[in-house]
Amino acid sequence: MNDMRIVERKVDTNEVKIAAKDVQVYYGDNHAIKDVSVEIEDKTVTAFIGPSGCGKSTFLRCINRMNDTIDVCRVVGDIMIDGEDIYDPKVDPVQLRAKVGMVFQKPNPFPKSIYDNVAYGPKIHGLAKNKADLDNIVENALRRGAIWDEVKDRLHAPGTGLSGGQQQRLCIARAIATEPEVLLMDEPCSALDPIATAQVEELIDDLRKSYSVVIVTHSMQQAARVSQKTAFFHLGHLVEYGETTTIFTNPVDPRTESYITGRIG
Amino acid sequence: MTDTIMIPAADGPKKSSLLVQDARTRKRNAAETRFRIYGMAAIGVGLLFLVFLFTSILRSGLPAFTQTVVEIEFTLTQEQFDTAETKMLKTGEYQNIFVSALTEQLDASGLKVDFDNKAIERIVGKPGGTIRSFFLENPDRIGTPASFELAASSRVDGYLNGRVTRDTLVDSRFLMATDLDLVDALEDAGIIKGAFNWNFVTGKDSGVDNPGGAGLGASVIGSFFMMLVVLFLSLPIGVAASIYLEEFAPKNRWTDLIEVNISNLAAVPSIVFGILGLAVFIQFAGFPQSAPLVGGLVLTLMTLPTIIISTRASLAAVPPSIRDAALGVGASKMQSVFHHVLPLAMPGILTGTIIGLAQALGETAPLLLIGMVGFVAREYPETFVGGFTDANSAMPAQIYTWASRADPGFYEKAWGGIIILLLFLITMNAIAVLLRRRFERRW
Repeated sequence: MNDMRIVERKVDTNEVKIAAKDVQVYYGDNHAIKDVSVEIEDKTVTAFIGPSGCGKSTFLRCINRMNDTIDVCRVVGDIMIDGEDIYDPKVDPVQLRAKVGMVFQKPNPFPKSIYDNVAYGPKIHGLAKNKADLDNIVENALRRGAIWDEVKDRLHAPGTGLSGGQQQRLCIARAIATEPEVLLMDEPCSALDPIATAQVEELIDDLRKSYSVVIVTHSMQQAARVSQKTAFFHLGHLVEYGETTTIFTNPVDPRTESYITGRIG
Repeated sequence: MTDTIMIPAADGPKKSSLLVQDARTRKRNAAETRFRIYGMAAIGVGLLFLVFLFTSILRSGLPAFTQTVVEIEFTLTQEQFDTAETKMLKTGEYQNIFVSALTEQLDASGLKVDFDNKAIERIVGKPGGTIRSFFLENPDRIGTPASFELAASSRVDGYLNGRVTRDTLVDSRFLMATDLDLVDALEDAGIIKGAFNWNFVTGKDSGVDNPGGAGLGASVIGSFFMMLVVLFLSLPIGVAASIYLEEFAPKNRWTDLIEVNISNLAAVPSIVFGILGLAVFIQFAGFPQSAPLVGGLVLTLMTLPTIIISTRASLAAVPPSIRDAALGVGASKMQSVFHHVLPLAMPGILTGTIIGLAQALGETAPLLLIGMVGFVAREYPETFVGGFTDANSAMPAQIYTWASRADPGFYEKAWGGIIILLLFLITMNAIAVLLRRRFERRW
């Protein structure tokens, strides 16, 4: 497969966007994330890989405090975005989530029109001054979500009537409509076919110009294709983190090598 | 994997034909057929009961919707009017005029029956009063033909409906066997006939000895005001409680306890709510007895668990991915609930509410204890507020009251009342179905 080629892309900046230090996550008595420290750079695609249940999704959900909705979940340690601790009691998770957008594993458009799906975020955050302004924001978000051409004639049709791949791109458009700085993606392509996957991956590469993108994926090929940095999680530990090229061609840790070559996981 | 050891079969798999059923398959198929027959039999029995129920309700209840009337037209001259007004027993004189008009019309039809004033009174009561008050109010009608429709007594009604026959009739001061000859003659002459009984649908309740004049209208209004109270209290309280419990409340021992108690409340016998209402609302808070307000409050207590349970179920049925999506774009918890979850749960909430209301509408036992059963709803409420606070009856309470009265005429009124009550319930359930269809969305 020539998809296996590892994209040689130079990381443009070395500015740290998200810095996690000694993060522990507990679900009740279950210690799900152990001592994870990682620095995620701005304008970079960072991939989290690892076998099922290794904690990569859990860690991703810590970055925008989606785990707050789970009663038994407890997070210890510091996660800083631009030097600010997001678990500080003064931080309002609602404000944080506007800054850190999220795309979920299963496309989950609201059962409303395509337009309303994208307009919802800007509306509740008061980003648009008037109707024309809102129309603009929606169009821009849909364009950046690479779905504008497909839906521009039926903006008021229900978002749930789109195909799976279109729905996922709609969700990405919805996430970027609120002008986030970080975009978290939890296995965004696992419910999509290869063609839709390729479209989304292309989109992710494009989004890198403006955002720091963190993507959780089960597919090592995908990680290799879209990311510049890769983090390998195993049993709640962050085993190895580095340039994607290095991780895939010359891993330091034997566990990483076993996983990459298909011997574990 | 290479560590599986293949065990070669001794003489290969047994060959069998697909065209022949083996014993095991035959047994399974037989069991399946038996199960289907049981199922169909169960449904058949259910349908049979339903048909039986409906035919008996309709057969016993429909006569309540017709009323036998004596219709007669005659002209009262000024002279007759003046003479009658000078008499000591004025209404008696009018009755004589009525009787002579009746006799004339019978003679005109060629029917000859002997009857006296008493027989007329047994058949249509004392018509004199009605006639006199009509002419006193409309003096200009004196000298012109006027038509009178007078309700026949319930026994005459029963005779024409087949409830009372000559064989079963026992002579009494209410009806004599000889009166039936007169009734037959009147029927042949077209003077006595059946008419739709609007009074039954819109009228007020009569006393215990006048089933002919009894109507359900006042208690329909009582039920209406009760349902208003139930709707405006139980819907907001129930929905607010469910949203809090389902979406906001932490899951701990306290909320578990509350949850269990709500489920248990739904199973509490309704008479318990009745005695609670008597103690709290009437004896302690001093609200008026038999008032729809109190009935509504008691029924609210009863309906709340139903609404809370169905609302929580429909909130829980909204996929969590919708909540995630809303939170993910930076909506607050409340925004995610009110903008996304609640609209999706709406059909379920409305259905639950209407089913709860329908249940409350037919509930009798709690009304028994707060004095609505047995109250004779002789008056309509005069004002809107009075609708809540004036003593009134309610549909099921009225039916219960009629069913317990001695006069057999009330028996068919009770059945007729059940028909009206069922019509209301069917309408409400139809609205529930329509709302569910209307609001249903796919995701």
